Amino acid sequence: MKYVLLFVDTEGFSAELESMSQADRDRAYGRVNAWMAEHAGVIRGGSKLQGPHTATTVRLDAPEPIVTDGPFVEGKEVVSGYVEVDVADLDEALRMARTWPGCPVVEIRPLEA
Amino acid sequence: MTHPSHAELTRVVREHAGRLAGALVRLIGDFATAEDLVQDAVVKALERWPAEGIPERPEAWLFTVARRRGLDILRRESTYRAKLAQVQWPVQPEPDERLRLIFTCCHPSLPRAAQIALTLRVVCGLTTAQIAGAFLVPEATVAQRITRAKRKITDAGIPYRLPAAADLHDRLTEVLSVVYLMLNEGYLSTADSIHSERLVDDAEWLAALLHELAPDEPEVAGLLALIRLHRARGAARFDAAGDIVLLRDQDRSRWDHAAIGDAARLLARAARQHRPGPYQLQAAIVACHAEAPRWEDTDWKQIVLLYDMLLHVAPSPVTRLHRAVALRYTAGPPAALAELDALADPLDAYHLYHATRADLLRALGRPDDARGADARALELTANPAERAILHERLNWSA
Repeated sequence: MKYVLLFVDTEGFSAELESMSQADRDRAYGRVNAWMAEHAGVIRGGSKLQGPHTATTVRLDAPEPIVTDGPFVEGKEVVSGYVEVDVADLDEALRMARTWPGCPVVEIRPLEA
Repeated sequence: MTHPSHAELTRVVREHAGRLAGALVRLIGDFATAEDLVQDAVVKALERWPAEGIPERPEAWLFTVARRRGLDILRRESTYRAKLAQVQWPVQPEPDERLRLIFTCCHPSLPRAAQIALTLRVVCGLTTAQIAGAFLVPEATVAQRITRAKRKITDAGIPYRLPAAADLHDRLTEVLSVVYLMLNEGYLSTADSIHSERLVDDAEWLAALLHELAPDEPEVAGLLALIRLHRARGAARFDAAGDIVLLRDQDRSRWDHAAIGDAARLLARAARQHRPGPYQLQAAIVACHAEAPRWEDTDWKQIVLLYDMLLHVAPSPVTRLHRAVALRYTAGPPAALAELDALADPLDAYHLYHATRADLLRALGRPDDARGADARALELTANPAERAILHERLNWSA
């Protein structure tokens, strides 16, 4: 089954990352890269997203399309990246998510068949 | 044909419904469809068996109804129809089939209320109406929870199999909390006694089944012992009028001492694995009470020690409250009251906090404060038996 793991960033996590020394930050990225390498066999795609300040949202539920600045939900938690994985079931996807060394929240969503 | 008793019906349905569900899920490969078929058969059995008697081979009866119904409703769905056509009696469920079923129903990605409803329905064979009765919620709510949960199992790819070794511990903890909530809901229930009895029955049956399937898990044995210890003292918990009798006032000759001994031995065997956990510790505390010949003989020192261990593995303000009660008998009422005062914040909305405080205040010669605390407790509980006790106290002390 195919799932997308949505990685969700928080303000606290971003601040923590920013306050790190370059060496610590490199180590943190190193852990993420190692996780990606470990699961390379089931990862079918994915990317890191640019920050929420780069987002543009188009609302089509108004009489006229409205284009606004920022992500569609204003929140302290924002999606910062995703991977698509192909695994047997939810338990396998859960196991992957549990070992994710990056941002503090991961949402797992199955893809429509 | 003699009419079967309610208990007999319950036992037979519980024994066979989960087994049939397990077999059908495995054979059809679709949880929701299999569960619908079993539920239909259970409903039909509960309509017919009370009048016609329980058939000689109830499992074959349920199977036939489920299969016939399946072929009927799946006429248009050729894949299931083909699979179902291959299903032959007798189905041979693997020994761990029901265990898989329990793990699926208690998957952590399902909300707690749905885990409980689904387990009671799929594993224990309760109908939606019975579950609604036990939890005092509208039947439509239970039906919706079950429908949503079944849809999520299919759509999100929740597996029908035993969790991998790495996940087993966490997942078992999840399953045990579902059983524990059934016990609590049944034991402290505000629902009528038939429904709450039934819940405790189901909790015990599930715990026994888990223990049979995972005999080396000490926490499973601990939870089973806890349930049995509670049940062994059940007869003395209420007086003839149906009012709660406090532990210190209970007639201990009415306790089932053989069952208490069995539960204590079960617990001792679990303890030999040296993997203590919250259920073993709670059971050990209940065992301390159950084994004291008289209230005055209660080993409070041991109980305080067990609460300390329990707080270490599972800290909670309610556990601290219970520890404070025991502390009263080892360190005295002032020490217990000081401990309670430290819990004012987290437990202000909990009726037992105020009732316990009232007790201590009375012991310390502060009747006016005690009345205030009892009144606050009364505001906070809807349980009729507990309300009766608090009313009586207030009248008596007025």
